[in-house]
Amino acid sequence: MNSVSTSAPDIAINVEGLSKSFGGREVVHDLSMQVKRGSIYGFLGPNGSGKTTTIRMLCGLLTPDAGEGTCLGYDIRRDADKIKRLVGYMTQRFSLYQDLSVRENLEFVARLYGLRDARGAARDMIQRIGLNGREEQLAGELSGGWKQRLALGACTLPNPQLLLLDEPTAGVDPKARRDFWNEIHALAAEGLTVLVSTHYMDEAERCHEIAYIAYGHLLAHGTVDEVIAKSALSTWTVSGDDLNGLAAELTGKPGVDMVAPFGTSLHVSGRDKAALEATIAPYRDRKGWRWEDSEPSLEDVFIDLMTRSKDNFQ
Amino acid sequence: MSATDVAGQNREVPEPRFGFWRRNYAMLVKEFIQLRRDRVSFAMIVMIPVMQLLLFGYAINTTPRHLPTAVLVQEDSDLARSVLKAMENTSYFRFTREVHSVAEFDDLLQSGKVLFGVEIPRGFERAVRRGDRPALLVAADATDPVAAGSALGSLGALVQTALAHDLHIGDPSEMPFEIRAHARYNPAAESRLNIVPGLVGTILTMTMLIFTALSVTREIERGTMESLLSMPIRPVEVMFGKIIPYVIVGFVQATLIVSIGVLLFGVPILGSVVLLAALTTLFITTNLSIGYTFSTIVQNQLQAMQMSMMFFLPSILLSGFMFPFAGMPVWAQYLGEALPLTHYIRIVRAIMLKGAAPSNLQYDTIALIVLMLVAMTIAVTRFRRTLD
Repeated sequence: MNSVSTSAPDIAINVEGLSKSFGGREVVHDLSMQVKRGSIYGFLGPNGSGKTTTIRMLCGLLTPDAGEGTCLGYDIRRDADKIKRLVGYMTQRFSLYQDLSVRENLEFVARLYGLRDARGAARDMIQRIGLNGREEQLAGELSGGWKQRLALGACTLPNPQLLLLDEPTAGVDPKARRDFWNEIHALAAEGLTVLVSTHYMDEAERCHEIAYIAYGHLLAHGTVDEVIAKSALSTWTVSGDDLNGLAAELTGKPGVDMVAPFGTSLHVSGRDKAALEATIAPYRDRKGWRWEDSEPSLEDVFIDLMTRSKDNFQ
Repeated sequence: MSATDVAGQNREVPEPRFGFWRRNYAMLVKEFIQLRRDRVSFAMIVMIPVMQLLLFGYAINTTPRHLPTAVLVQEDSDLARSVLKAMENTSYFRFTREVHSVAEFDDLLQSGKVLFGVEIPRGFERAVRRGDRPALLVAADATDPVAAGSALGSLGALVQTALAHDLHIGDPSEMPFEIRAHARYNPAAESRLNIVPGLVGTILTMTMLIFTALSVTREIERGTMESLLSMPIRPVEVMFGKIIPYVIVGFVQATLIVSIGVLLFGVPILGSVVLLAALTTLFITTNLSIGYTFSTIVQNQLQAMQMSMMFFLPSILLSGFMFPFAGMPVWAQYLGEALPLTHYIRIVRAIMLKGAAPSNLQYDTIALIVLMLVAMTIAVTRFRRTLD
């Protein structure tokens, strides 16, 4: 895991108390976050948790109902025009022109940002994203993975300082996902700040820092290790026979908040360590099972956060 | 990275040189490519004006000719024959039936089998010679006043000449008919001369309105608005990018319509072609601006179409294209003044048929400019820069 250099306290995104409602329903509630320059910041949360809305507020596409803050040093309320020039935003749904070719889409973006040599910039980007040979193909005819590369190419074309990527890898195959993340790390190494929302745990673990948001509330943030540590979740990993039977037996018992199968083992987690241990004690001596006091996985932590937030906010 | 400066180092990114022009150019190129890709729309650019002009130019005829006419001749005389001959010579009347009783005559008219009936009374010639001013009855089916109007209008003059020729009567004012036909600039009262220039404006109104009325909603419905808004483009630049390609399209359409009008329908252009081109471009831009304004107001493409139709129908009916402007009540005239088509129809008719000079067209030109600027202002202020 890359560590963020703390010697440069340079903050790319710094927002305080952002709130946004649509039709009386609060989608984002009192959200504050800081993203360091040059870091990859993962934005996690279930569907409809307010990730897209938050990203849109950061780049000036939505006006917050409350709260304030800066993006790349510019006020998100007043300086949306300046922010837009420095930010590349990759939308969740492909939003380039389907009836324009790869080259034409990139040239359009290059011209819109006033690049001196739009054709040249587009040509270079086609090379970089590996779309050469497909320049003249209509964007609408590209496969999901290629569309995603084109979209990333389009939003990095004007040399932004901040990338906002809204679920960029949804519906993309594992190989393309890996390539995509390598590309993001390469961009971050060049000094770019990346805020990326995702559902995938393995992607979260490739971020320098993560934030978890559910029902519009930011529930946890920090490095992956910090988030796991702060969760105060105790997890026991069980391996052996008839784990399904064990899972059914343990679910709902005092101290057991979560039972989840992981491949050939079972994760049994609880927030109250003592209660959990009391409950599982009779099972630990039984033959055929091997119990191990382990770290909760990020997924355990998130599912726990989600269940808890459901209790709190719904 | 494609450009040389490394991201993250220059904190302050200045507005690029000629940024406004570059962004306009970007939009313009994009719109042109999209238009070219949309084969159906592209075909419509040519098909709509040609089809409509041919259809309406030939179909709409407010001075119909060779209308079926019945004759009730109760006297066979030289004078009766020359009256009928003269009527036929106007080409408005075609004698399809000869009847022998008033009842038959009435029945034909009532059933719509003929549009006109001419009755030459017994002792007509003798009465004329005696100076008794006998009545020559021309009954018209006036359910369509437009159809009957011109034919009736032609009667006075033409029948008078026929009578004068036959009888050598010096003073035509003593004739039993006093119907004055006065068709200035269009002596033969050919409606195509009036219709074709009007059609230029009507067709352009429809095509231009719809081109831009859908432009913003299309971006929203295809989801591309989210990208576009996240990029540094201003509302005025989006507007120009959306309008300018269609000014060129509109100009091509206008050229097509006017050429067909001149070549196929024989409509003259008595005035300056350059003036016509310039004011037509202004009219095109005004309509595009109004369509674009609709686009910034409505929520989806269906609403955009509805709003365009809301605007299009009064444009046809209240602009003087279909009905004489001066004949409308004052309130309707005020409404008509707010429609670009009203002003353009005056302009185009004046230039093509009357050879008008710019000084004659000042009022209508200024009106078009004002309407254009009002529409653009509304559009730029209405354009939603966020997805709120």
